[in-house]
Amino acid sequence: MDFTFLIDKTILVAIIFAISLGIAAYSTYFERKFAGFFQDRIGPDRAGPFGILQPIADGVKLVMKEEIIPAGANPFLFIAGPSLSMLTACMTTAVLPWGSYLEIGGRKIPLQVADVNIGILYVFGVVSLGVYGLMIGGWASNNKFSLLGAIRAASQNISYEIAMGLSIIALVMMSGTLSIGTIVEQQQNSYWYVVLQPLGFLIFLICSFAETNRTPFDLPECEAELVGGYHTEYSSMKLGFYLFAEYTNMFVSSAVMSALYFGGYSVPFISALHLDQNLVAIIGTLAFFGKILFFIFFFMWVRWTIPRFRYDQLMKLGWQILIPLSIINIVLTGIFILVFDK
Amino acid sequence: MKEFFYFLSFLAVLTSLMVVVAKNPVHSVLYLIMTFFAIAGHYILLNAQFLAVVHIIVYAGAIMVLFLFVIMFLNLNAETEPQKPLILKVAAGVAAGLLFLTLVAAFKGAENQVAVTGGDSQIGLIKNLGKVLFNDFLLPFEITSLLFLSAMIGAVMLAKKDTPEGPKSKDLKKEMLLEKEII
Amino acid sequence: MESLSGRSKQVVNKELTFKERIYLPAILGGMWITLKHFFMKKTTIKYPEVKREFAESYRGLHVLKKDENGAERCTACGLCALTCPAEAITMTAAERKNGEEGLFREEKYAAVYEINMLRCIFCGLCEEACPKEAIFLTNEELTPANYDRGDFIYGKDKLVEPQHHPIGKIRGGGPLNQRNYHPYGKGLVTLS
Repeated sequence: MDFTFLIDKTILVAIIFAISLGIAAYSTYFERKFAGFFQDRIGPDRAGPFGILQPIADGVKLVMKEEIIPAGANPFLFIAGPSLSMLTACMTTAVLPWGSYLEIGGRKIPLQVADVNIGILYVFGVVSLGVYGLMIGGWASNNKFSLLGAIRAASQNISYEIAMGLSIIALVMMSGTLSIGTIVEQQQNSYWYVVLQPLGFLIFLICSFAETNRTPFDLPECEAELVGGYHTEYSSMKLGFYLFAEYTNMFVSSAVMSALYFGGYSVPFISALHLDQNLVAIIGTLAFFGKILFFIFFFMWVRWTIPRFRYDQLMKLGWQILIPLSIINIVLTGIFILVFDK
Repeated sequence: MKEFFYFLSFLAVLTSLMVVVAKNPVHSVLYLIMTFFAIAGHYILLNAQFLAVVHIIVYAGAIMVLFLFVIMFLNLNAETEPQKPLILKVAAGVAAGLLFLTLVAAFKGAENQVAVTGGDSQIGLIKNLGKVLFNDFLLPFEITSLLFLSAMIGAVMLAKKDTPEGPKSKDLKKEMLLEKEII
Repeated sequence: MESLSGRSKQVVNKELTFKERIYLPAILGGMWITLKHFFMKKTTIKYPEVKREFAESYRGLHVLKKDENGAERCTACGLCALTCPAEAITMTAAERKNGEEGLFREEKYAAVYEINMLRCIFCGLCEEACPKEAIFLTNEELTPANYDRGDFIYGKDKLVEPQHHPIGKIRGGGPLNQRNYHPYGKGLVTLS
């Protein structure tokens, strides 16, 4: 293994980690800010100009609060729950292509930590593990509401994973590869996959709302009936980890959506300008982040618009509507490939 | 690579022992998940990334979640565990010992075989795997899918409430009322 | 039965049309509405820096008036205490002695006049009942917070205005007679 290779990757990992955590932290601020805007308020504006230091204030508050582990709780698993949540939330960023490549001193530095040839499956596997954090935390709290929240989270995630996987299968049928890097490259000189897979994208979008436990599918933590769901017993930074993991998940699923369906770092018609490769890469990365930020905004927009589903409606939507729809989508894609794509 | 193999094997053996030893069933399930991860690591060492990831998605991501789900629902713990009679324990020990012996005997002949550690780096890729599955092993593959189908139908049949037949079922309203009372 | 307001609607359990059943048009409609609100003018008032103006009819802290000579107008008739629905007002009357004409306007005055601000509901009935125009509710002062229940019982030291303001002028400021809100039909008359 090359030494410079290692250095490159380490720097890249550090940057990606910092950026994704930073965006997750600031998502909490913008969530509240946008919630205000949607409701004709102005949101938090006390900490710093426009309240820009609010996430830091929140973080300090969470860290300084008393650590409480309930008497009946399983202490090890109680701590393991939020840690696992955070871990799985951060793991996905490894396989996402954040840009094409930079040329520094004649060396090509790809802006992707690891172009695994089964990138999509990796993302999918990590997402399917995400539920353990919630389940373990909810069970270890030794609280009925937490347990109910955990069970809801588990059944919801399993149900929507199926539809999500089926909608990805249709995409993979078109791309012919499981590598996210290759899928993004394919979209650079062709249509974005959202044009070719509108139904698949819609299903994926709805499922990612369910997978990240965001409104209208935030039943695992719905405060009206379950107090706080799986994090009822949590306080201080352990609670912070759960909330933070939710925002990191939101960031990651926005990134996956924009990479798979919206061309990732590709900008339409940029090759016609004949720019320097480094410039193109930087513009591409910025475009990618623009797409991600749009999706994060979309997540928040939906949250402050649509009320929560009832649990049976959620299950009905998942099993009786989205799964048949995604199977139809697979069939349609097959016909499409057969007819147009010899 | 070799150290990694030993580490993974140690982890796999340790965690699978803990599955049996752990008092709390939830801990058992969690140890089992760790075992699956260790085995997935072995797959990666054998250059079978696809198998590794599918192993994690299917076993750790779906099946074990359901296991955990059911065990959490039942809320089993050390106090509620029924005491089994001694003879059952002895029988279980003998049976497990016999299985162990058989396994040892089976692997004893394998020591002279050449270990395949990531010889061909392309063997685990999906393309090759798919080709093998759909050319050489088409029939077993399809039979497996039939097996899954029948299992699915069986599960649905088990989960469905059996509607009572005969003269009794005529009085449906009464039945429903009775059912409500029971619930 | 015909509804009087004309706004009542009959409940119908009609089948949803396909457009309604897929929900997406309704969801998009809702999101369009929230997006419009995103860019609307915000109604928040940033409190400590910007304070909301009191309404002209606001009923704040009580004030016991003095007349133009600086004599207290209250004659301790007890009508305010009688009319008070929360029974927040209590007083003890006393007779004016010779030489106190500059202090008290009438021959009888309130030696003790207390309002319990925890009981008061700021309805303004005392103001209306007063025949001497001695008690008013300002439209710009609130009862301050306190740590002690006893401190909420306001005596004459806090209630009587320090120096004379013409009626229609209240303690600290704005012209009262420019208020054009007369809740119970009683106008504010300036005494000549």
